[in-house]
Parts: sequence; C-alpha cells; structure tokens
Amino acid sequence: MDDEPIFDEMLGRDDRIRAPYAKFKDWFDGEEPKRLRDKQREAEELFRLTGITFNVYGRAEAEERLIPFDIVPRIISNGEWQRLSRGIEQRVRAINAFLHDIYHRQEIVKAGKLPAQMIDRNEAFLPEMIGVDPPGNIYTHIVGIDLVRTDDDRFYVLEDNARTPSGVSYMLENRETMLQMFPELFSQNRVQSVQNYPSHLRKSLAACAPQGLSGRPAVAVLTPGIYNSAYFEHAFLADQMGVELVEGHDLRIVDGRVAMRTTQGYKQIDVLYRRVDDEFLDPLNFNPDSALGVPGIMDVYRAGRITIANAPGTGIADDKAIYSYIPDIVQFYTGERPLLENVPTWRCSEPDSLAYVLDNLSELVVKEVHGSGGYGMLIGPTATKKDIAEFRKKLTARPGNYIAQPTLSLSTVPIFNRAGLTPRHVDLRPFVLVSPDGIRITPGGLTRVALKKGSLVVNSSQGGGTKDTWVLED
Amino acid sequence: MLGKTANGLFWMYRYLERAENVSRLVETGQRIALTRSGESDEDWQSVLQSAGVTAGFHDHYDAVTKDTVIDWMLRAKGNPSSVLNCIGGARQNARLVRTALTGEVWEGTNAIYMGARDMLARKVGERDLPNILRRIRQQTALVRGATHGTMLRNDIYDFCRIGTFLERADNTTRILDVKYYVLLPSVMAVGTDLDNVQWETILRSVSARGGFRMEFGNQFEPRDIASFLILDRRFPRSLGFCVDKLRSNMEFLGREYGNFPRAHGMVVDMSERHLSRDIDEIFDYGLHEFVQETLNCLGALGQQIEIDYRFYE
Repeated sequence: MDDEPIFDEMLGRDDRIRAPYAKFKDWFDGEEPKRLRDKQREAEELFRLTGITFNVYGRAEAEERLIPFDIVPRIISNGEWQRLSRGIEQRVRAINAFLHDIYHRQEIVKAGKLPAQMIDRNEAFLPEMIGVDPPGNIYTHIVGIDLVRTDDDRFYVLEDNARTPSGVSYMLENRETMLQMFPELFSQNRVQSVQNYPSHLRKSLAACAPQGLSGRPAVAVLTPGIYNSAYFEHAFLADQMGVELVEGHDLRIVDGRVAMRTTQGYKQIDVLYRRVDDEFLDPLNFNPDSALGVPGIMDVYRAGRITIANAPGTGIADDKAIYSYIPDIVQFYTGERPLLENVPTWRCSEPDSLAYVLDNLSELVVKEVHGSGGYGMLIGPTATKKDIAEFRKKLTARPGNYIAQPTLSLSTVPIFNRAGLTPRHVDLRPFVLVSPDGIRITPGGLTRVALKKGSLVVNSSQGGGTKDTWVLED
Repeated sequence: MLGKTANGLFWMYRYLERAENVSRLVETGQRIALTRSGESDEDWQSVLQSAGVTAGFHDHYDAVTKDTVIDWMLRAKGNPSSVLNCIGGARQNARLVRTALTGEVWEGTNAIYMGARDMLARKVGERDLPNILRRIRQQTALVRGATHGTMLRNDIYDFCRIGTFLERADNTTRILDVKYYVLLPSVMAVGTDLDNVQWETILRSVSARGGFRMEFGNQFEPRDIASFLILDRRFPRSLGFCVDKLRSNMEFLGREYGNFPRAHGMVVDMSERHLSRDIDEIFDYGLHEFVQETLNCLGALGQQIEIDYRFYE
C-alpha cells in the first residue's frame, strides 16, 4: 500500500491532469501567484465581514473562528456524480425504511439481519418514537452522507449524518465567494448550480407538513441560540428560506399546537426544522433540565400536529455501531445490491474482531461509537506508542463502545499555499432532501480538506478547511 | 414577527445610537479641553454625567482625569455604556435578529464591531483619538444609511426606528438634565466666557452647533438653545423631532397590526400635551421639572413598548 502513490483528483496517480480539472489547470497556470494570494486574503475578508464563523466549544470567551477556505475547487464530472447520487438515493431511501421499521414492527430484527441488542441497548434508540407515524412518513428530511474516495471509481461512505447534519451554509457561501472572486472560472467551466438549496429545502419541508392544514404551512428553524457553534448556519438558512428563526423560549403549546410568540400574539408553526438535539427537544419528555426545547412538543408531535425535521430518534440510523450493518439494511429494504460501499468495519463488541483490532492497533482507525467531530478516536499509523497503549486500555475496558476501520488511502485535491499547488486529503458531504415528493441531492456538497500535510482529519474543529465543490455539466 | 426579534431590533438600534452619542460626548470633552485655557477636570466630570455613566467609575479609577474618562467611556468592560460595549451589544443583537436584517445592514454592523474591536483593543492615545472617533461615527452612519436604503418599510423597520429615537430622545434629555442650570435666564444680558464655553459644549454634545448657527447666528442665547434642543422640529436630535418620529413609527405599526396599544397612547400624549408648550411656558413651568418629567415619560414608554409587543415572556 505504501509504495503506491496516492490518488490525486487533479493529477491522478501519474501526474496527468484528469479531465474535469483540465480547464481549471489552464487557468491556474496563467495566473500570477501573487494575485491568487491576494484573492485568498480577499476571500477571508469576505467571510469575516459576512460573519461566516463558527463558535469553538469549551473556550472561555465565545470565540468566533473562520473555517479556512481554499480557492482551488474540488471538481467532479457529471458521470461520477450520477453514479454517486444513485448510490446516495438508494442509501437514504433504505435509512428511512429502516427507521420506520425499527419504530414499528422491527421486521429486520425478526428476519435475523440485525441483532436485537443493537436496537434495545442503543442509546440512540428513542422508545418514545415507537408506533409514532411522522407526517408524510419521512424520518430524515435532511441527510448529509460523508464520502471518501480512494480511486477513479471508488467511493466509500464514511458516515451517514441522519440527525442534524451541518455545513450546508459553507457549501453555499463557498460558491458565492468563488463567484465573486473568479467569475471568469464560471464562464469557462459549466458548473451545476447549488444556489437553489434554500428554496428546495423550504419546499421539501413544507411538503412534509401535517395533514389537513388550511393555507401554506408555517415553517421555522429552531436553534439552541447564538452561542451554538453552528448559529451562523441556522440564521443563514432561516434567512435564505424566509422563515422565522426561533429558540425554545419563543415557543409554547397553544390549543394543542406549537406556537411562536410574535409581536401580535402566538402564531401556529406547522414544520419545525430543529437544530437542537433530541434530548433537549422537550424537557417534559426527555432531559428535564433543557432550556433549549419546548415543553410538551412531543405530545403535539405524537398527535400528528407538527412536523419535526429530522424526526426524533433518527440517530439510531447514523450510530457508528449500526453503520456496519447499513449494507445489509440497504439490501433488506430495497432488495438491491448496495451501490455505495461501506468502509470495512470491525465491531469491537465481537470477540474475534476485538482480538484482530487489538493485534493491529497501529494500522487501524478506532472510533467511539457515539463520538463525533473527530474526537475520541485513534489514528493508528500516526499515533505514538503511548497513545496506542492508552487507547488499548480504554478499548479493552469497553469494547462495545468502539469500531475499527483500516486507514484508507484517501484521495487528495491540491490546495493553494506558498509552495503553489500542494496535495491534501479531502472528504465530501453531499446534502440530501427527502420529502413525499421525492429525494433531491444538491450537486456537489461540502468538501472538507485537511490542511496539514499528510493529515486525514478534516474536521473544522481540528484545523480542517473547506473548498468549493463543483459538479460539471456534461 | 417574533417578540424576541422586535426586542433585538429595538436594542440593536438603541445601542448603535448610544455608541454614537457616547463617542460624540468624548469628542466634545476633548475639544473643549483643548481649546480652553486652564483645563479643569471638572469638565470631564460633567462629560461623565452627560453620558450618564458615572456609576461604577470610581470602582475602576482613582481620579477623574481626561485619560480615565476617555478610557471609561470608550473601552471599559465595566461600563455597560462604553462605546465598545454598545457596539458589542448592537452586534450581538444583530446576530440574534440576523434574519430580519438585509445583508448590507448586517455587514455594516459587523464591520463596526470588527473595527472597534481592533481600534479599541488598547488604551487610545491622544493622537489617535480624533481618527478613531471619526471612524466610529462614519461607520454608524453607514449602517443608518444601509437601513434607509435597503430595509423594507414594515414592522421590522418600525422597531429599528423606535429604538433609535427613544435612545436619542433619552440622550438629548439627559444632557439637558445635567446642564439645565446653565440655560436658566440670567440677570446678565451677555454671557460670560464661562457661559459661552458651557453653551458651546451643550450644542456640540448633540451635533447642534452648525444647525443652531444657521438659525441664530453666533449669538448664544440660553433660551434659544433650550428651544432649539427641546422644541425645534427641524433639528433631528431635538426632543420634539424624536417624539414626532416615535409617534409616526408607532402609528405605522398600529396601522399594520390593526391595533393601537397603550404605548401608542403614551407617545401621543407626550407629543400633544407635554411638548405642545412653547419655550416660555416651559421656563415658567420650570426647566428642570420639565426635563425630569420627560425622562420619566421616556422610561415608561420604553417599558410599555416591551409589554405591548411581547418582547419577553
């Protein structure tokens, strides 16, 4: 594995420009590096001014930071995209069917395809959702599928984000910034538009409204508030959709409906795009200390009088322990072979797998089942002996808490820095909207890039950056 | 519109207005100190009072001097009405109501904040002061311009304006409250040099010097100054002007909502009863009593607006 060069999406393995990048590379070679550096600074200034920042958790002052933006786009051909989106659509369809099943008859358990304990003992399983029928029978209205690439035609799903995937505002603002800075690139390349995402989102949410409403459904975005790390995105989406941005204390239950306090009294809300975690959603039904939620909203939900997007309890589908079963899940509900591959995964809860993982720690990536944001994981090949020894203890103590995967040789895309074009590892999060009208995938998504040489960690909280992602027209 | 949003807009514009007013008072203090022979720290005491920021000052500084007052008013964390805190408050509220603002208004507000955070990160030296004050004034003017030029004339706009004019009326009235005694009729026909300095200070503190000169020439008469600041509807920082604006914006709101709540009645009363007197009647009534009553009315109006438009639970 070591002797084979890493697949670069611009240069392949043999330094020959791959077709989607041809026009961009011509343009790039004709540019003064100094002008590009100025542009890079200009981009940063634009981001700062528009306030596209994220708050860093756990710092004394509510510090707002920029996610570094790289001006080299990540470019995908239409053919590649078509293949990918078929796989994504199949997977998302299966996830919705899976969620409906495990909160109803649990056929998949009865069929012996999924051990019962994966559900019963899973913290992400929400008993309150058993037997509940969400409006339109949609569970995951918005999904982000994290993909990595290792070769010309090999993509793997790293993670399904079925709760409240974030990052779509960066997808939109990155494009906006590129359009402002390099309009000529968009005359030379025919790039599929992403700018309609907010209107599609609104339509998609409205299509999931409860039955029997008179008039247009009232949609609102529920945010934990301005100190949340993704507040910018919540405000951005509410603004772009033209709907209210509400917090828990703006809402209460009035006449069996969720209503928001306006300057003219309480007004009904029909669809709530919530960016608040399940456990904080309803202090009466879940965490009683939550000040972020709405007391009694789950009762309104169960009565079918509000749509909550995504539905409570969807976390069971993107749980890392369930992840390894997704290929079976796809097969079970669609009757088709999965089009997208999973990264091979060892479940440390299984003794044989655990033994293998313990023997090969220095070559594997080990993740916490419930962790997120790249925290609490071990990246074997770059870890010190001490790190590995410490992790071994944690792993032996609670094997069921971990899964392990091989370190894939992730593709790179160049970034622009002082050395010119320099390869860095990337991943991709396309955004998927689900409604009774169908599944819509915005062409492109969020490309995150590890800015440190050789690093595989792309999370913004750990020094990752982003790129504009292009899907070309044919 | 959410009650919370109305609240955020109201305070965003109050803070913007306050940042501008406080920096104007600093500018006035500096100007008077520089042009007057025998500078005295009493002038700075009076600047503190005009800004209404005396409370807490002595917990942070030993003496009232030019340096301590400027530091307190521009950048002290412990002073809720320091320019830096006002700008931070405006920006915080702007973030809260981001969806109600146009991109230009938001970016303008964010730019003031980023600029002020840099400019006021350290103690401000005398040489940098004029430039910093000018930039703060320019940037707040930019947000005001973007507000006029890009925002829909709907309830959102009304709450922005109500916050602006309530703060401004409050500011002008507070300056009158601190300085009313220099405007009382004197037995002398012509003011002393000291009087002239005091009168000029008042006019500068509300950016009224130019406007006043256009109307009355260079002859400062306390009665004219009082009349200009309280009653002159052409002067955009006069009490009369601000209350008219409050009234018209509350009327727009009332028409849009089809409901004229109690706060509306209060502003009508201020305009038709309180401010219907001429300047002689006000002096007969007692300038100080009049000013005190105005402050009470403005305070009560602010509270009633919060209730009528459900700012809080």
